Amino acid sequence: MNPPNIISVTGLCNSFGDQVIHQDLNIEVRRGEILGVVGGSGTGKSVLMRSIIGLQQPDSGEIRVFDEGMIGKEEDEATDVRRRWGVLFQGGALFSTLTVAENVQVPLREFYPDFSKELLDEIARYKIFLSGLPPEAAHKYPSELSGGMRKRAGVARALAMDPELLFLDEPTAGLDPIGAAKFDNLTRDLKETLGLTVFLITHDLDTLYSICDRVAVLADQKVTAIGAIEELLAIDHPWINEYFSGPRGRAARRGHSDGSESAGAKMQHPGRS
Amino acid sequence: MANSAELTVKDLPSGQVLRLSGDFAIASISDVDRHLRDIGGPISEIDISGVTHMDTVGAWLVYRTAKEHDAQITGGANDADRLIDAVRGVDQAEVAAKPPVSSLYHFLAEVGGGVVVSVTTFMQFLGFVGQVVKAFFTLLISPRRFRWHAVVQHFDMVGVRALGIVGLMSFLIGIVIAQQGAVQLRQFGAEIFTINLIGRLTLRELGILMTAIMVAGRSGSAFAAQIGTMKITEEIDAMRTIGVVPVEALVVPRVIAAVVMMPLLGIFASLMSIIGGGLLCWIVLDIPPATFVQRLREVTPITDFWVGMIKAPVFGAIIAMAGCFQGMQVKGNAEQVGLKTTAAVVQAIFLVIVLDAFFAVFFSEIGWD
Repeated sequence: MNPPNIISVTGLCNSFGDQVIHQDLNIEVRRGEILGVVGGSGTGKSVLMRSIIGLQQPDSGEIRVFDEGMIGKEEDEATDVRRRWGVLFQGGALFSTLTVAENVQVPLREFYPDFSKELLDEIARYKIFLSGLPPEAAHKYPSELSGGMRKRAGVARALAMDPELLFLDEPTAGLDPIGAAKFDNLTRDLKETLGLTVFLITHDLDTLYSICDRVAVLADQKVTAIGAIEELLAIDHPWINEYFSGPRGRAARRGHSDGSESAGAKMQHPGRS
Repeated sequence: MANSAELTVKDLPSGQVLRLSGDFAIASISDVDRHLRDIGGPISEIDISGVTHMDTVGAWLVYRTAKEHDAQITGGANDADRLIDAVRGVDQAEVAAKPPVSSLYHFLAEVGGGVVVSVTTFMQFLGFVGQVVKAFFTLLISPRRFRWHAVVQHFDMVGVRALGIVGLMSFLIGIVIAQQGAVQLRQFGAEIFTINLIGRLTLRELGILMTAIMVAGRSGSAFAAQIGTMKITEEIDAMRTIGVVPVEALVVPRVIAAVVMMPLLGIFASLMSIIGGGLLCWIVLDIPPATFVQRLREVTPITDFWVGMIKAPVFGAIIAMAGCFQGMQVKGNAEQVGLKTTAAVVQAIFLVIVLDAFFAVFFSEIGWD
């Protein structure tokens, strides 16, 4: 009944003026996987994500999410699909005048106005817990949180509607290595406990090695390669070689092969990881 | 497409059994939530084998009910158990609710807070004025650091681009004064005094005051919003670390622009008012322009002009400093920019009108009336 691909993009073209960002780009995201999307700066990773979630009108191409065509959809039809995914923007994009708990409740209030106040509070409380924030963070404003906590609060809001699909735009950028590793664990735990599919844009090689099931490489205005990291390493493409075999790439691979046993073990509870 | 969530309660010898069925997901849960809260209990067992689909909201409801009644959860599929486990930990992390406060306490706290804020804001404003004056003299001593470019740009924004709206507004106000004056003075057969009214009122008071209000609305608000946004994007912090003094770079050029442009706009506004008034006198009272001008020169002392010209730069300085001060007060989020921009305009207009009253008394005391 369920199609194997949660997202499928075919023949996507995007351009800003004369600058062509995507030319005939194809990509598929399978149900239940964490797909990492990598590419140099300016290769259109964020534009791809914005096209899929409908914030950017592509020049041409077809985008299907949950097996529904997204291009040219009426606003209220698109809303039905939108409530099935959650998005974490780069800076968190929390509403700065609302507390974290209120931020989490925004989508709930929007879609389910008949929920009681108690239920909303309870939902906010356990979503904040799931995203690994301390409970006292619920009543804080975004400006009172650190960068890492803001990202977690963003995840809590993205999870508010119990989405099947989660978009993360550079979730570990700007986090310290410990925070980044914790965030990676959080992503994997959420995927495992909630059965999420994750579309993850990242620059972080450690993230790719530790949690991504497959990796898509954006270069030359399209997806040049997609597959598990071992498969990508075998591909002869200058950018991919430089990316994975540069000093940072080698370090991340070494670190991962040493720690692969423990990383593969069953994760602890999300709140405590 | 979603099956609604249902619940039934069964009495067994061992206690009540709550049997849940249907979709326990966010879209179908609202009514069940209420029913679950209303169940009297005691419930010994919650059977979730009939649940077809469950998400974390459903899992939370099941877990919450089980905890309330100290009941056992049975019949869950692997997925359901996993979700219930995921939400389980939240209770270990209970936060103490804030103790409620009485309304009298709340009221007193509000008043006290308001007083503290006004006093500290006033002190900060004085400090800010001091900073601006200091920066101004620093720039006099080392004029190479003076930002001519910014000053000229603000001349354009504050002065040149305001000409259209200030001119139109003043022209219309001149017409209104003349028309009202003509109607009232005609009752005494003293229509000719309409010219006194136009000449003296526009030069002394209205020309400058209306210009000040317009500049506060146009430029004072813009100053607050620009500087406030720069505060949020950390541009001002960046300036400090580079060694640029924000007051010198941002505030002094704006204050100078407003101080220089206010008198010029004031002259222009007065002139437009007089033209508007003269036009109405010509049409309604049949006073030809030549007579109007001659009479105007007889009845309007030059001191009226100087009264306006002395007030205008002071008003300009106040408007610019209120705008920049409020912009600098912004911290935190985007809403603050809006609040402080409003505060800048309100504060500027209020201060201008208060000072105008002082000026009025002052000038009549020294005999310029």
